Amino acid sequence: MRFLIPLGLFLLLVGFLAAGLKLDPREVPSPLIGKPAPGFALPQLGAPSARFSPVDMKGKVWMLNVWASWCVSCREEHPLLVEFSRNATTPIYGLDYKDQPADAERWLKQFGNPYALSVADADGRVGIDYGVYGVPETYIIDKQGVIRYKQIGPVTPEVLSNKIQPLLAELNK
Amino acid sequence: MIPELGHFALILALLVAAVQGVLPLVGAQRNSGAWMALARPAARTQFTMIVVAFACLTYAFVNDDFSVKYVFEHSNSQLPLVYRFAAVWGGHEGSLLLWMLMLSGWTFAVSLLSRTLPLAMVARVIAVLGLVSCGFLLFILLTSDPFERLLPVPADGADLNPLLQDPGLVIHPPMLYMGYVGFSVAFAFAIAALIAGQLDAAWARWSRPWTTAAWIFLTLGIALGSGWAYYTLGWGGWWFWDPVENASFMPWLVGTALIHSLAVTEKRGAFKNWTVLLAIGAFSLSLLGTFLVRSGVLTSVHAFATDPRRGIFVLVFLTLVIGSSLTLFAWRAPKVGLGGKFGLLSRETLLLTNNVLLLVAAASVLLGTLYPLLLDALGLAKLSVGPPYFQTVFVPLMAPLLFLIGLGPSSRWKQSEPAEMFKRVRFAIPFALIGGIVLPFAFGNWTPLIGLGLLLAVWIAAATALDIRRRFAAGGNIPRAFWGMHLAHIGIAVFVVGVTLVKGYETEKDVRMEPGDTVTAGSYSLRFLGVKPVPGPNYRSDMADIELSQDGRVLRVLNPEKRVFLSQEMPMTIAAIDAGPFRDIYVALGEPLAGGTTGAWSVRVHYKPFVDWIWGGCLLMALGGLLAASDRRYRVHAQVTAAGTEGVRA
Repeated sequence: MRFLIPLGLFLLLVGFLAAGLKLDPREVPSPLIGKPAPGFALPQLGAPSARFSPVDMKGKVWMLNVWASWCVSCREEHPLLVEFSRNATTPIYGLDYKDQPADAERWLKQFGNPYALSVADADGRVGIDYGVYGVPETYIIDKQGVIRYKQIGPVTPEVLSNKIQPLLAELNK
Repeated sequence: MIPELGHFALILALLVAAVQGVLPLVGAQRNSGAWMALARPAARTQFTMIVVAFACLTYAFVNDDFSVKYVFEHSNSQLPLVYRFAAVWGGHEGSLLLWMLMLSGWTFAVSLLSRTLPLAMVARVIAVLGLVSCGFLLFILLTSDPFERLLPVPADGADLNPLLQDPGLVIHPPMLYMGYVGFSVAFAFAIAALIAGQLDAAWARWSRPWTTAAWIFLTLGIALGSGWAYYTLGWGGWWFWDPVENASFMPWLVGTALIHSLAVTEKRGAFKNWTVLLAIGAFSLSLLGTFLVRSGVLTSVHAFATDPRRGIFVLVFLTLVIGSSLTLFAWRAPKVGLGGKFGLLSRETLLLTNNVLLLVAAASVLLGTLYPLLLDALGLAKLSVGPPYFQTVFVPLMAPLLFLIGLGPSSRWKQSEPAEMFKRVRFAIPFALIGGIVLPFAFGNWTPLIGLGLLLAVWIAAATALDIRRRFAAGGNIPRAFWGMHLAHIGIAVFVVGVTLVKGYETEKDVRMEPGDTVTAGSYSLRFLGVKPVPGPNYRSDMADIELSQDGRVLRVLNPEKRVFLSQEMPMTIAAIDAGPFRDIYVALGEPLAGGTTGAWSVRVHYKPFVDWIWGGCLLMALGGLLAASDRRYRVHAQVTAAGTEGVRA
């Protein structure tokens, strides 16, 4: 009987793997799409006395990118964001998630800063409001302050050109 | 025309693999010599076909045949020649073809080096490998054809991912795959022995050199991958616990356990079921790794473009191969005897503990890698497991394992006396204590982790030296296997020193530098001379000149680069490293500051003490494996048996 244990464990694993195949780790339906972006007023990274709030952005299309200096996947998407910020009309705002400000600032120096500005979400409260699953995540928010798109995981060149840019063009009309 | 030839060769290889997988197996059951004799020629024919297919794909790359979709996706007319060879395995389809090349290559080697084995055994081993080949060839032909054409023919290719345009990548995947796939031989031996119902010392002896050979390649492959990450990703890290890295590390852990467990089975006839299970496990984890990397169920830095059909195919294949192996195991294992008895304190017990620790380590890596997937499948949450988890789990598991390395060789088979063992290793104790308590102060400060790391490293080195001295005193011929074991263990000690010191004493500085500015790292100072544009074959580069000096003496000029690849406008950091036996000075170029008008750049300088010992240790482990696998007794035994069969025939 006990010799069947390895087989049993393996079949259990196969069950999980099969279930895992149906799921796309990068696509999570967000209940927030089509809803107003949750409000916050957080200190700016590098200038803790100044605050930033989504209300300031009414009337503009903007992107909110959740990042952190400890996040490995962020490094993957970062060059793309830096490149994007050079010639795009839509500003990217950073939400520095559960991070040490010193680490975060060093990280931006090291890899470049694509953000109009970043705010520090030190305890991750705002992350909870936004339903952050994992870092990085990117939200597109329209002129009415409504979340129109959410990218979980790194932004890839395909996502940028096939999804994000067409949507931005439409929203910016 | 050439690509169609390659495609045709793959189809032929599939047909040959089917023959190779079925007829010798049936022949071995029916005791039909003619059917069994098919095994070797079939294996060789299959290998030839795969080589032809591989050569055809390489030809398409070298000649810029962008009508082949895979070449278009992974090459470019500007790509330097050497990277066109490496680009053959730069994507999914080509990686699989490389997998197949390795698998048929190992089978080919078995067909050549198995003259001394009983024909039935050879037939079964080669047949099992043939069945695995069938699965992979079907996978390639049905879902991942590298020879697919593209119409209309594009003018130029999309280019190889710049991250992969590196000398390290030319050899890293082949090494890694040699190791991964090499475990298929140990697996095939285990399955053949299970089918035959002959799990004995002879089986263990045949398996050992093959397992060790695969392990050597895997060790080197992992070390190369880690070295590649170190100098091309520009983060100065050498291991990231990325799912793809874990996928190669799990078979390594189980393979290491298998090597040790095979020793027990060969010498003492014990642990037979356990050894078989490990052999199945090591190869299963290689297959699982392939599934994880190829199916896209996990997100990873190494993520490849995915296709749902591929995931389902690999999963079904995985289930068939591992499921049937484990069923066979469950059916046969109860009839296997227990082997020699052993006492509570004996080399067997210590090796069993080693096995359990390695297996728990592999299981915790597996858990950490799959945990995000498991939670997701249960609909609970999406999350990622980071380095903190692995570090927390790994240190407590590895510390006792490292302690055992020092103890193991001093123990006896069957029964060891505690007093005698203590006597054998007692002189290592003061050295280890000095290493753990005093040595850290020589480098800087003392922390518990640095103390523990150095204590264990010195303990291994001292206990090993004592064992070698004792062996010399005993006189007689010292077999290569003995040296191999100790060299590999010393490799572990060297590796531990590297990890401990680099983790404990590395420094990292991010500075803004204008031409003429200086920054210090350790006892060195670096002067920034400026950045100049340098054209490359398929990229443009900003190359900095940074003068490295010590005590006012200029040592050399370091040239970190920032490259932008023309075909994809993708920036990449090339770090400049002044490597030395006791430290690396690692310089990476950041971004131009203030719009580049003042000539100021952000520069990152790492001082990494003993970092090269990490890879040096891996190299020693691999060399130790080489010595062990080439031990005389495998060859002498081979000759004796060969002479024996000749005699019978005569």
